[in-house]
Amino acid sequence: MSEKLLVTVGPHHHAPDTVARIMWEVTLALLPAFLVSLYVFGGRALVVTVCAVLGAVVGEALVQACFLKKPVTLADGSAVLTGVLLAFCVPAALPWWTAFIGGFAGIVFGKQVYGGLGQNIFNPAHIARAILLASWPVYMTTWLKPGVAAGLTGAVDGLTAATPLGLMKETLRNPDLMNTLQASGTTVLQYTFQTLDIGWSNLLVGTIGGSLGETGKIALLLGGIFLLVRNHISWHTPVTMMGTVFLGALMITRDPSLAFFHLFSGGLFLGAFFMATDMVTTPMTKTGHLLFGVGCGAITLLIRFKGGYPEGVCYSILIMNAFVPLIDKITVPHRFGEVLPVPQEVKA
Amino acid sequence: MMNTRTFAGGLHPPDLKTTGGAAIVTLPPPKKVVLPLSQHIGAPGKPLVAVGATVEKGQKLSEPGGFVSAPVHASIAGKVVALGNFMHPFGVASTAIVIEGSAEPEKPLSPVAVDGLSLPDDEIRKRIQEAGLVGMGGATFPTHVKLSPPAAKPIDSVILNGVECEPALTADHRLMLEEPDKIVTGLKLIMKVLKAKKGYIGIEANKPDAIRLLDEKVKGEENLAVIPLEVKYPQGGEKQLIAAVLGREVPSGGLPMDVGVVVQNVATAAAIHDAVFFQVPLIERVVTLAGSCVQKPGNYRVRLGTPVADFIAAAGGLKPDIPLAKVIMGGPMMGLALFDLNVPVIKGTSGLLCWSAQEASLREEKTCIRCGRCIEACPMHLLPQRLKSLVDKQKWADAGGLGILDCMECGCCAYTCPANLPLVQSFKLGKKVVLAERKREADAQKPKGN
Repeated sequence: MSEKLLVTVGPHHHAPDTVARIMWEVTLALLPAFLVSLYVFGGRALVVTVCAVLGAVVGEALVQACFLKKPVTLADGSAVLTGVLLAFCVPAALPWWTAFIGGFAGIVFGKQVYGGLGQNIFNPAHIARAILLASWPVYMTTWLKPGVAAGLTGAVDGLTAATPLGLMKETLRNPDLMNTLQASGTTVLQYTFQTLDIGWSNLLVGTIGGSLGETGKIALLLGGIFLLVRNHISWHTPVTMMGTVFLGALMITRDPSLAFFHLFSGGLFLGAFFMATDMVTTPMTKTGHLLFGVGCGAITLLIRFKGGYPEGVCYSILIMNAFVPLIDKITVPHRFGEVLPVPQEVKA
Repeated sequence: MMNTRTFAGGLHPPDLKTTGGAAIVTLPPPKKVVLPLSQHIGAPGKPLVAVGATVEKGQKLSEPGGFVSAPVHASIAGKVVALGNFMHPFGVASTAIVIEGSAEPEKPLSPVAVDGLSLPDDEIRKRIQEAGLVGMGGATFPTHVKLSPPAAKPIDSVILNGVECEPALTADHRLMLEEPDKIVTGLKLIMKVLKAKKGYIGIEANKPDAIRLLDEKVKGEENLAVIPLEVKYPQGGEKQLIAAVLGREVPSGGLPMDVGVVVQNVATAAAIHDAVFFQVPLIERVVTLAGSCVQKPGNYRVRLGTPVADFIAAAGGLKPDIPLAKVIMGGPMMGLALFDLNVPVIKGTSGLLCWSAQEASLREEKTCIRCGRCIEACPMHLLPQRLKSLVDKQKWADAGGLGILDCMECGCCAYTCPANLPLVQSFKLGKKVVLAERKREADAQKPKGN
């Protein structure tokens, strides 16, 4: 027999998914929300996203090629995904260079310092956001008014608007305003909606102030369903995280409309479907996913109701990332046929 | 919809079963057979013939090397031309007897028919042992050993394994369709010997014709039942099959008899029938031949010892236009890749897949992204990703503690891994070292105790 045969250990065939395919499909799942952001924030959404992705890609290539002298793995899509996710959780009014630095810092300090893909403890996009928020707090809290396309680079003075969550927090902290509202019989929610000239449909469609990619709830839900169908995420984390926020807000406020407001506001949809489900930085078992989701939801509530920031999704996920090794440790599945020693009958 | 049962874990590889409609074709006896004396788990046999001896078809060629062993029989009549080391499908050289066929037309075996079910249990066991029967699903454990459990382990149920969960294989499927009576009688013989009250035949729902046919055959028999199972790999694993059919969990490190069950493959059951009723030894078996390089894919009854190359040629050969890239003995999940087509078909050979370069394409190894798919797929509910990193770090005791020895190398984790990590390779290595370490520790403790 002259031909050379390939000899390997089984299994001899393989499921179609690869790391790269997963990363690119998650990126694809963000497309509907990106289209919404283009509609809501115009060219600024494109500039910020492109710069964040560029920063991430340059960071990844630089570290791998110059410092590690390893093959550059841009094709696996994970750096691009980190850049897009970062862009999605920063304001569309962010200067282009800030977005670039964010993407760069996220990859370098959020991922490569830990050893690259699969090794990082914290979500790199959220690390980047935390770095930017600490470094340029004003830029990071200047929200572009929806619907007034500011051009690609244009000045944003006079074109800013509060986010619904931010305005509500400010209102609740202002005792005089609260007294006036109480006297006139207006609820905080009504006041928020009236001031921003929005309604429930704006919350769902995304024509509100907020981070670039977090506003289009329906678009994010579509992307999330795609990921569920493709088995890239499981329902456990999104359902428990959003469920905890909804039920928690309901218990705290005893007002269903406020509970729905908390469910549909801020970065909850983006966080629950795309950040708290990041494979690398979240638990490995389904039971772990349940715990992780509840933890994220609870910390989000804590920050929204008791903390200094109006929104807590980003920090809740970062904090829960730190608990992942512990969660993995306590959610080891019962092994098949694992038996606890049974006391043997001793013959007299 | 059938009411199906299954186990927890596992996955659904594409089924690739294209030969389920191909009736079994009996191939003419080959000119030469290579019969390894070790075609079973356990001690290899000792040869009973010398070079130059003339042997009859069905003649016993080796004496079992112990209780957990099985004899080998001449699968063709002819002359012993060699006795020595020949390549075994497992990739090692092992002692084999080579027979060259005589030119005369083959005489049929002269079976003496008796009603096997009326024979005493010991006689049934003896006939099974004499016929050299082993588990024909691939594990090749000597059948008579499974039928002789210690008195402390009463067996209440026998399960026949008609699952055939490996993709591409259809040999058991065809056997169930073509020889259902033998299979049912084989089951009754096993139950009689073990004094088991219930007999089950587990078949996956992708073989509805086999389920229907066998269901008809056991109709009216109160203690027999056909159990339709959800299609899922690796349901044909003994422990998974018992969990699916009876909901019992074989303890870690234990055997099916620990939960009162014995599992036998349907092909083994049919061979048991032949061995007990006709005293016919195991000299042939049904093998699925498939893959895009094969001219005539199908199910063939092949003499044991037939060199793979001769088998392929006799079954219609390979397509001239598609280069052969990989040959797998067994199924795509757990089969062995062959590097030499002169190795023989043995008692545990259920299939032979001749794959093109496209079918055999390899993928690059990437890094683990902790997706958890391996954990979800593991039918033993282990943590494959964690076990691999422990093996990589040579933390043998930890790997043992996390149950690496429970791994049966079914390949679910490696199949589903998007990073294409060599998980099964790690576990094969890890299991060997963990076993060796445990033995070393046990040995080290012995003198201290004395």
